[in-house]
Amino acid sequence: MDDLYRDYILDHYKQPRNFGELEPHDLEALEHNPLCGDALGVHIRVVDDRIEDIRFHGHGCAISQASASIASEELKGMTLEEIGKLDADWMIDLLGIPVSATRRKCALLNLKVVRGAVTGDNAWPA
Amino acid sequence: MRGDFPIFSRTFGDRPLIYLDSAASSQKPAVVIDAQAEHLRTHNANVHRGVYALAQEADAAYDGARARVAAFVSAEHDTTIFTKNATEAINLVAYAWGRANVGAGDAVLITQMEHHANIVPWQVLCGERGAELRYLEVDEHGELSLEQLDVELARGDVRLLAFAHVSNVLGTINPVAGMTARARAAGAVTLVDGAQAVPQMPVDVAALGADFYAWTGHKALGPTGIGVLHGRRAILEEMQPFLTGGDMISSVDFQSATWNELPYKFEAGTPPIAEAVGLGAAVEYLEGLGMERVRAHEQALTAYLLERLATVPGLRVVGPPTAERRGGLASFTLEGIHPHDVAELVDRGGVCIRAGHHCAQPLMRCLGVSATARASVGVYNDASDVDALIDALLAGREVFGL
Repeated sequence: MDDLYRDYILDHYKQPRNFGELEPHDLEALEHNPLCGDALGVHIRVVDDRIEDIRFHGHGCAISQASASIASEELKGMTLEEIGKLDADWMIDLLGIPVSATRRKCALLNLKVVRGAVTGDNAWPA
Repeated sequence: MRGDFPIFSRTFGDRPLIYLDSAASSQKPAVVIDAQAEHLRTHNANVHRGVYALAQEADAAYDGARARVAAFVSAEHDTTIFTKNATEAINLVAYAWGRANVGAGDAVLITQMEHHANIVPWQVLCGERGAELRYLEVDEHGELSLEQLDVELARGDVRLLAFAHVSNVLGTINPVAGMTARARAAGAVTLVDGAQAVPQMPVDVAALGADFYAWTGHKALGPTGIGVLHGRRAILEEMQPFLTGGDMISSVDFQSATWNELPYKFEAGTPPIAEAVGLGAAVEYLEGLGMERVRAHEQALTAYLLERLATVPGLRVVGPPTAERRGGLASFTLEGIHPHDVAELVDRGGVCIRAGHHCAQPLMRCLGVSATARASVGVYNDASDVDALIDALLAGREVFGL
């Protein structure tokens, strides 16, 4: 069993959940991973200050795609206030694999995009 | 020969180092490391000022290195300028020549296969001066069209043609002499980015006919922190300095200064002295190997690399189909696995390759990909390194269930 490319990571990579376009949507953002140039975008529908539905779009490595897929299942139902408080540890813990320093941005790209869409703050999650 | 390079004595866990990333930076032979250390231990002083014996030794070491570096590529001592890297060499031309010679209504012509170092300085220049930046296209074999070059030059507005000698992504070896001759006939100045070429093939700057030729030390077995710009004497003499300060002046008054002679006019401040000595040792080492032999070795190894990569299911190589037309590298995509995952997976087999856009995002767009994986060879590689890469790629496919 590979330490990084575990079965559930590859499963989310090959069949990402909540991927595609969401029309209509209330919030959106698009970000690039400076390491590889890959783009990841998000569409979010908001009802009563909660994420009612979410879709990611774009291509990327197994780490970035699986991270977005796994996060999407958690993000759905969260309040916008809760989204603003999510940090890097939340994402890395959720992912559950040892992410090297060089691949950290691959794992955090989805949270950067979502926080950018919700709060307007598009800094890398710390 | 691998024994000349100390880094290959180290291991990662129980695996040897299999280094296939020389297009990013080469490893260094002991003679380079030792030359730098020896200089710092026994000859270190600032250059061009001291009258004492030690300072004269430092002078001799620094300018002796310049003479060796110039001779290595058949260039002149006085028109061989040391910079920080190839990027700074190109910026030197963009600022010191470009600001004085490119204006509104002019065009700068580059190609779709350029490294960002040979794109962004021209974007900034053209933006500032109201000039147009135009691109020669790359065809499906990763090659440029001389017909399109003729058409672009015939428009009569091209002030500068800038292009890579060897592409860092496609590996394409461009027909430099033919391109510079066409440009000169059309009254355009030429700049060639030789960062990938100088380390792996004989380069004769005079014969290539470029007005400016830029390259870097660390890809040519030398240290980081030193690059080289060769320029045509008449143009360099007309140019104003790039960076100003110490060493580049002839005299300084309260309100004005006059410039030092070539090449010092373009070397402001204390230069990278130990790095120059290291680069001098690197080109001496390469001369000892013989650049014809280096090219033959890399071409044969690249042919083997292409042959073996073709056996990996789902693998697509970009760039010229044969090793005759390319430098020592192959960029590729592997169906079902992102290039960054490819690089991570082969690292498990101790194999170092690069993945990403290789500082060539416009070219990635032309190729219809966001990134590729790239294996590149150096003088110290052999067929066993290619075999290790192929084994690691096949093992990686298994991890991904392919």
